[in-house]
Amino acid sequence: MFSARERVAKLPEVERYSNLKYPYRLNFYDRPPLDDITIEEFETCALDRLRVLAEIESSFVRNRTWDELKNVTQNQSEKYLPLNSRTALTVDRDSERRKDHIGHYVLRLAFCRSEDLRRRFVKAELALFRIRYDTDDADERRDFVSSKDFNWVEVPESEVKQHMSDLIAASSHFKDFDLKKERFFKVKWTRVPDLVEKRKVFLKDGMAYVPQREQSSIIFQEYQKSLEKALELTAKALPRLDEDTRIVPILENLSQGFLAGVSSEWSTGTASTNGEQLTADMIDGIARAHYPMCMRHLHETLRRDKHLKHNGRLQYGLFLKVLGLSIDEAITFWRRSFSKIQEDKFNKEYRYNIRHSYGLEGKRANYAAKSCVQILTAEAPGTGEAHGCPYRHFSEDNLASALISTYSSQGLTTSDLPDIMTAVKSKHYHVACTRVFEITHGRYGVKKGEGIGLGESVTHPNQYAAKSREYEKARMDTMEKASEDVVMSST
Amino acid sequence: MESVSDDQMLAFYRRLYPFKSIFHWLNQGHAPTRLFTHRELAFTLKGDVYLRYNSFNTTEEFKKQVCLLNPTRFEIGPVYSARPKDKKTVRPAAFKPTLRELVFDIDMTDYDEIRTCCSDAAICSRCWVFISLAVRVLDKAIRTQFGYKHLLWVYSGRRGIHLWISDKEAIELTDDERKAMVGWLTVIAGGKEMHKKVNVRQPNKPLPPSIQAALEPLAETFMDLILEDQDCFESKEGWQELLHLIPDKEIQSDLRERWTKHENSSSEKWADLRAKIKELPKVSSRRTLMSYALEDIVLQYTYPRLDAEVSKHRNHLLKAPFCIHPKTGRVCVPVDPHDIDNFDPEKVPTVGQLLNELDQAGSDEHHADWEKTSLKPYIEMLDRHAAGLMEETRLAVRSGMDMSW
Repeated sequence: MFSARERVAKLPEVERYSNLKYPYRLNFYDRPPLDDITIEEFETCALDRLRVLAEIESSFVRNRTWDELKNVTQNQSEKYLPLNSRTALTVDRDSERRKDHIGHYVLRLAFCRSEDLRRRFVKAELALFRIRYDTDDADERRDFVSSKDFNWVEVPESEVKQHMSDLIAASSHFKDFDLKKERFFKVKWTRVPDLVEKRKVFLKDGMAYVPQREQSSIIFQEYQKSLEKALELTAKALPRLDEDTRIVPILENLSQGFLAGVSSEWSTGTASTNGEQLTADMIDGIARAHYPMCMRHLHETLRRDKHLKHNGRLQYGLFLKVLGLSIDEAITFWRRSFSKIQEDKFNKEYRYNIRHSYGLEGKRANYAAKSCVQILTAEAPGTGEAHGCPYRHFSEDNLASALISTYSSQGLTTSDLPDIMTAVKSKHYHVACTRVFEITHGRYGVKKGEGIGLGESVTHPNQYAAKSREYEKARMDTMEKASEDVVMSST
Repeated sequence: MESVSDDQMLAFYRRLYPFKSIFHWLNQGHAPTRLFTHRELAFTLKGDVYLRYNSFNTTEEFKKQVCLLNPTRFEIGPVYSARPKDKKTVRPAAFKPTLRELVFDIDMTDYDEIRTCCSDAAICSRCWVFISLAVRVLDKAIRTQFGYKHLLWVYSGRRGIHLWISDKEAIELTDDERKAMVGWLTVIAGGKEMHKKVNVRQPNKPLPPSIQAALEPLAETFMDLILEDQDCFESKEGWQELLHLIPDKEIQSDLRERWTKHENSSSEKWADLRAKIKELPKVSSRRTLMSYALEDIVLQYTYPRLDAEVSKHRNHLLKAPFCIHPKTGRVCVPVDPHDIDNFDPEKVPTVGQLLNELDQAGSDEHHADWEKTSLKPYIEMLDRHAAGLMEETRLAVRSGMDMSW
């Protein structure tokens, strides 16, 4: 029989893969996670996945090419949802895969509630699956595929011979097509509608002859179908879950995430990117060069009326705090801005609120600056109020003229408007805002589709302003360097 | 052109319209099922009043309502998840189109840029050749490639033809699948501003097999139809359009010079073009490219032009067979695809003619009055078609029972 030595030598081969709870990186999510999950885990898994999906969705809206979409998604995945294949032996693949699994199921709960959400979720999930499939380790992918039953029939050789010329002609879109090496599978044509639409298969009697390398089409179709079905079932089962008061608010929150992308870490932290201290005098200049539309509107209203109503002060004040304005400078700023108000009244009514927002009064909470989601979903501005998101709360005419008057000095022209307005009309406000960022930062070399860096879209006003200042700083640095070089070479 | 009076319409509905046959065809069985009871029927009344979301439990109910409203025409929609007449009382989410015959619409107006005999609403036996060619090509493609068997072609009453496919799989297709099928069958793409409308091959590769198969009958007809009968390249606009489709700049400019100098017929121009290609070296990429271009030209001028939007969505309404076309007074009769070449739209009975035939037959009203008129062969055609469907249903039920056994 085997010697002990031989047995040991054979073991690792098997063990390397099989003792994982999740043997494959790809997952059809056909079984729900059954272990205990803390409520915190429940939320973070979902949020991280949502960050990836939101980026995918905004890529669709912004008409990125598949390759761009793939890059953006991979970057975002690495940050929030890393998922390594079996070759990454040192990584805890099981916990990565578990996170992937849980996140998917939580989002199913959040997105099954309406037809529109379901459709968007399926579309984004399918793109994610495709990207993972394309980038997966070839061996692991093969094992994954063979672990499922896709119910396809291999076309016998005699039949291949019979339709040889047709099969060759139908496969002419392949660069290196070799009929001898290629295997064909027969499926009902309705299982590969995308291949049929583009005439990439041979069709006979309702059966599509799918070459092996197009197998992925069948797999994607299968995944989409099963996900659609599962979402409908989840929607039906959801009312019974509504009783859990801990989970419902989380789910509500998550499904709103698609409205404006997902906020990153911009809500907290008061780091100023330049390292230098911001002072009240600098605000005007920064506003002109770096503010997103919402803050520009607040700032200009403040300058015009010498006043802002409560919600406006709140939105703008917290923004300034995160922008890097210290409490003393903030008081100076507001004091000067409210020039029509008596010293006495200011001290009594406003100073406290400003200090409060900096966590220096009352319950001393460190309030976060409002993210796009919060701004978009909070109460809409009433008469005389200037808070909110202009892309959402302005009429189309007003928005168009406001954009032109605000940003024309930074390169926005009327010919850019249709693009922005389309995004607004389809209620993708953050996309419109991102587009404006791209246009107004074109002089720094920002191109369409790049967003605020690596293709991310705007999810927070502070993120907008900080990125804008980063671009400026980078250019200053290179200019400085260039002038230094000139000096050096002239000596 | 005769206009149709209200009385004539009413008499037609009461005495001639084959409600029973339509019911059998839609319902695919004798006892009413959801295929009929949950089916939307939309009526167009005089003065463009449009009544949507009607549905009926039985043929009798259906006929009664039609005779009451006396619509100028009515259209057939999808089977919904609830009865269309209850639409207002059910949740929107519970009211979705589920099943629907797969339909195709070919309309002569899409051929306006190539036909020279008529334009717009007009149609003559000469342009009907385009339609009959389209029917032959599509009928064959759908049967052999998609494997569907129950195809009903219906003359639209004026200048087009409809196809209704009732196979079980076909009526269950989703909108995406319908869209895919339309994509497979569509070859002509691009509007007026686009010269080359056929872009179906991979660069420098032969045609996909499905289109190659269609090319043969098209090429045959191309000579008679485009070069002789329609004489498409006779006029200046005509031959300039042709020149746009020639990728070889040298040949293009040679021919432009030649054709500007002296006028000649389409066939002669075509011969010029072919002669030019013959001059090219036998095995050369220029020659291959030009022979591909010739194929594409044949396709552009003869391949069926589908009205894609009609087919893509289940909830698209399409005029019911045997309705009267309000402008021509002609009945929308089924057409036998094997005999399509002999079909003459101008010989299709009009409502006035049919009522005259009834008068002459002179008898009291009872059903199956149509047997005494020239509508008879057409209704029998629909009945045979419906019988095939009902037979299929019967077999399915029986095999279903066997399985449960």
